[in-house]
Amino acid sequence: MSLLELKNVYKIYGELHALDNVSLKVEKGEWVSIMGPSGSGKSTMMNIIGCMDKPSKGEVLLDGVDISKENARSLTAVRRDKIGLIFQQFHLVNYLTAVENVMLAQYYHSMPDEKEALEALDRVGLADRAHHLPSQLSGGEQQRVCVARALINYPEIILADEPTGNLDEANEEIVVDLFHKLHNEGTTLIVVTHDPEVAEVAQRTLVLRNGKLHKEIVNQNFTGKIHFDDMQEFRKEETK
Amino acid sequence: MFLRMIRGTLLRQWKKMLMIAFTIALGASLAAAMLSVMLDVGDKVNQELKTYGANITVVPKSSSVLNDLYDVEGEESAGAYLREDELGKIKTIFWAFNIVDYAPFLNTQANLDDGSEIQVTGSWFNHHMELPTGETLDAGIASMRSWWELKEGLWLDEQTTDENSAMVGAELAEAQGLHAGDTIHVTGTAADLLLHVSGIYDAGGDEDNQLYVPLNTAQALGGLDGKVDSIEVSALTTPDNELAERAAKNPASLTVAQYEIWYCTAYASSICYQIQEVITDSVASPVRQVADSEGAILEKTQLLMVLITILSLIGAALGICNLVTASVMERSSEIGLMKAIGAQNGAISGLVLTEIFITAIFGGVIGFLAGFGFAQIIGHTVFGSAITMKPMVIPIVAVLVVLVTLIGSIPAIRMLLRLRPAEVLHGGH
Repeated sequence: MSLLELKNVYKIYGELHALDNVSLKVEKGEWVSIMGPSGSGKSTMMNIIGCMDKPSKGEVLLDGVDISKENARSLTAVRRDKIGLIFQQFHLVNYLTAVENVMLAQYYHSMPDEKEALEALDRVGLADRAHHLPSQLSGGEQQRVCVARALINYPEIILADEPTGNLDEANEEIVVDLFHKLHNEGTTLIVVTHDPEVAEVAQRTLVLRNGKLHKEIVNQNFTGKIHFDDMQEFRKEETK
Repeated sequence: MFLRMIRGTLLRQWKKMLMIAFTIALGASLAAAMLSVMLDVGDKVNQELKTYGANITVVPKSSSVLNDLYDVEGEESAGAYLREDELGKIKTIFWAFNIVDYAPFLNTQANLDDGSEIQVTGSWFNHHMELPTGETLDAGIASMRSWWELKEGLWLDEQTTDENSAMVGAELAEAQGLHAGDTIHVTGTAADLLLHVSGIYDAGGDEDNQLYVPLNTAQALGGLDGKVDSIEVSALTTPDNELAERAAKNPASLTVAQYEIWYCTAYASSICYQIQEVITDSVASPVRQVADSEGAILEKTQLLMVLITILSLIGAALGICNLVTASVMERSSEIGLMKAIGAQNGAISGLVLTEIFITAIFGGVIGFLAGFGFAQIIGHTVFGSAITMKPMVIPIVAVLVVLVTLIGSIPAIRMLLRLRPAEVLHGGH
């Protein structure tokens, strides 16, 4: 059984078909990129997979359970228990420190544990910045806090929406490297992006166009063990 | 974590929270001031109305029967008197503290040297009494006839002038060519006296043709030692209700419980009843016009206060509504994020309401203290005395602040509940 399965999913706004009969599967531990131009339906798909919206038609099976029929309260519980969200705009609470932002996810999930939150920040290389406010952190550091917050409750899926969209190249590499580490640890990753460089490092890339699944590209060179330096070579090979 | 978030919000949004606190303080202050004045205004209005004269008259029982039979109110029946030695007992009744002032009256006819007949009224001016309870009392018409205009001389002072002094009505003084400091020879049925004119008054009525003298002087002129025609009593009363009206007609018609309630409430009828209990063969009755005016003015004043309180609270609720809604809109991405990471609506509503209620407590306390100050300003400006803050104002204002804050927060909470994380975190589609 796939971890996530979309069966003939539609999302219709009046005349507009934001998603038009999309079907896909994501296996446990897989790293999938969803890419496409603006208006292709990436964010709509992200919202539906992230339980922040419901399809107009079709089924969305998460761990075998159809979440497309769940009410708002149940969807909130699914988000809390099974999904770790990473946003392009980071969305950190600006009056809480880095560690408190991580603890916020724990608070709504179960019980805040500062020690565990500090360990999560350590995993993303921010142990020494734990007590800084978001305004005192760089964009890359804020995104890493976001990753730590997404990880803290051990979700089934990490869902990242344009995670490198607001980052410079150096920070982009750091975040992508983090995704590699997470993938190597067995985390399922779904990364929505319009950046081919970010998409191409995944195991599989799904290309959306006009709300339809246009193409699926399998990365034959994916080793699952790529680290920061290896990624540069991988890119060069892809360019050739 | 919850406290960290509350602290963070309050510190980060301190300007907005200060505005919310200020709005609540404004509403609470007006509510506290109006409620304090409203609860104390009964006594204040009563005291104010006491300057318009007595609200209870006491006459001998036989005189009252004649008045009822022949509708000759105001005229005294010959031969029926009250006892002067019982006057002090009025200050011994259950509602003694509500008796503000009272004065006895004795009317007698007398002749002047030119043969003209005049009415001489004996009363207390500023009579000093040792009460049976051991207390002392200064009572008399000096304060109960506050509308008299003194044309010449001084009010008769019983403490400093001798008994043979008099105050002369303006018309009588003009007819006789009398001035303050003159003397007037008066011949009564039992004695003739040379009276010193201490002052000339203008009462604007029949009293302008009369001579007012100390009670003992009138008793000497008429040979009526120890006797009194009537007593006027100025008392603080509670406006009549259905129970008081029934009791006024027949106290025996009440049940024991009703009788106790009526007897222990300062209705004009229950005070009258208690006066009758201590003054032998007397009938005490409220001066209906004054009593009714007191009730009507009191009710209208209290209604005005209630309306001002309601309007101020509606204003505060609207202000809170705008400010809290603006605050929630400003924080929509933060609230969206909380929902996205698993916060249920109840948890977020609880967080926002806690922030608002902490602000409301702060604003409410400040508003209550300011309201106490406003009440004193109103008290001194309108009634010339301080307003007593009744303890019951505190819980009432607290409940009103909670209600207004809750009602004012409803639109913001509804907006918060409808907010979808997808819309505020990365657009719909």
